[in-house]
Amino acid sequence: MDSGSVAWMLVASALVLFMTPGLAFFYGGLVRGKNAVNTIMYSFVSMGVVSVVWVLWGYSLAFGAGGQFIGNLDFIGFKDVSSDPESGDMLFAIFQMMFAIITPALITGAIAERFKFTTYLVFLVAWITFVYAPIAHWVWAGDGWLFEMGALDFAGGTVVHINAGIAAVVAAWMVGKRRGVDRGVEPHNVPFVILGAGILWFGWFGFNAGSGLAADGLAISAFLVTNTAAAVAMVAWVILGHIHTGKMSGVGAATGAVAGLVAITPASGFVGPMGALAVGLGSGVLTFYAVRIRHKFGFDDALEVMAVHGIGGIWGAIATGIFAIGGIGLVDGSAEVLGYNVVATLATIVYSFIVTFIILKILDVIPGLGLRSDEADEDAGLDVALHGERAYVGDGAD
Amino acid sequence: MIKIEAVVRPERVNIVVEALVEAGVGGYHVSNVTGKGTQQGVEVFTGRGAATTTRAALPKTIITTVVKDDVKDSVVDAIVNASRTGSEGEIGDGKIFVSPVSEVIRVRTGEKDDAAL
Repeated sequence: MDSGSVAWMLVASALVLFMTPGLAFFYGGLVRGKNAVNTIMYSFVSMGVVSVVWVLWGYSLAFGAGGQFIGNLDFIGFKDVSSDPESGDMLFAIFQMMFAIITPALITGAIAERFKFTTYLVFLVAWITFVYAPIAHWVWAGDGWLFEMGALDFAGGTVVHINAGIAAVVAAWMVGKRRGVDRGVEPHNVPFVILGAGILWFGWFGFNAGSGLAADGLAISAFLVTNTAAAVAMVAWVILGHIHTGKMSGVGAATGAVAGLVAITPASGFVGPMGALAVGLGSGVLTFYAVRIRHKFGFDDALEVMAVHGIGGIWGAIATGIFAIGGIGLVDGSAEVLGYNVVATLATIVYSFIVTFIILKILDVIPGLGLRSDEADEDAGLDVALHGERAYVGDGAD
Repeated sequence: MIKIEAVVRPERVNIVVEALVEAGVGGYHVSNVTGKGTQQGVEVFTGRGAATTTRAALPKTIITTVVKDDVKDSVVDAIVNASRTGSEGEIGDGKIFVSPVSEVIRVRTGEKDDAAL
């Protein structure tokens, strides 16, 4: 790699890492104040646990040359992962580590305000090992079956977003509804939500424009389409919100922007600016109604992980097959990639659903673990009960 | 006129105010407070987590309403039923303070006492 690309990829990696604390505040603002520390910690602690797993065996399982379905143990402990800029191996492994960190953090939106934190730490290790690493291998490793087939996922629509969305459905279903959720939960800090969405948007430039692994024209193009899709999806959410409610919600604007970023992720290396408008607009509309439908079901995916990341990600995978230019997509008369991406989407959905289910089922029956916090702790708030801390102390009493 | 101040669990507030409205209460106000009764306070870390301290600051909510004398018992019953945990109740379910009010004035019209409630 040239020095310009090395410099850009180091910065891009840091940008992707910064998305996780951004997500922490995005989610943290959406919950009740008594669970703010807990919700933020779900994301933040992933930076610790997953980084360690990645260095020890995660990267090796995801990107070792093991075969079509999973890597091998050649790079255990980053053995033989060269820091020589010529190969760029270690730089790629660093960049990929940041993706592995944020993906399980995304899932935590579904289980917010009631999951057991100790169990979550074990879940992180198991999920990265048995769900994330194999799917990353299928899609991005040179010998992965979806990669070889020709499915196109530039920056992680299947690996990150569909995967997290489906795991979120399983986790929300297995842990059950929050107590008293039928009365509605008002986000306790809308400014946090908007700040978090802004940090996610900022970090997403590393996520997408870094995924070409070079400082080149593709990175510039990916940067523009990323911003464009986020922008139009935000506008779609704000306008649809006004049509349905007569008001323009800040949480809606933030959610719309994230939905646009999710959908453009797999497409960002393949579509032009007009394609990005179509991808973002489609995601804005689809996710907006997905959230409304989810509410009617009463299914407690607390922070809409499936509606935004699952639906937005599935739309992004399909939209890549439609709007990719350069003779790849349906707009250029080729249906091949569209077909491959449908296969990749279905494979991700089925595998993520089944293996996430098995992991949670096992964690549920292991003595001392279990999925759900105590009822009394949930009522009083998980911050004090599980972390011994309060988000807001200025209460005058002490 | 009677003032009723009910200290309740924060997670019960919605249920209690629904019961108040059902009991015919025209208005109320709600304040989030912290404090300590029979129940212990909260144990929190100090500094970087090397030590803990118990603060009196257990989150509670006070719902205050002023009602006509004849509905006092039914309003108190409504609050008790709505804020008691299970059939036996638990420490921390709260407390109700009842006191007389000598005068009530509606600012907009100048109406007084029962007419102003």
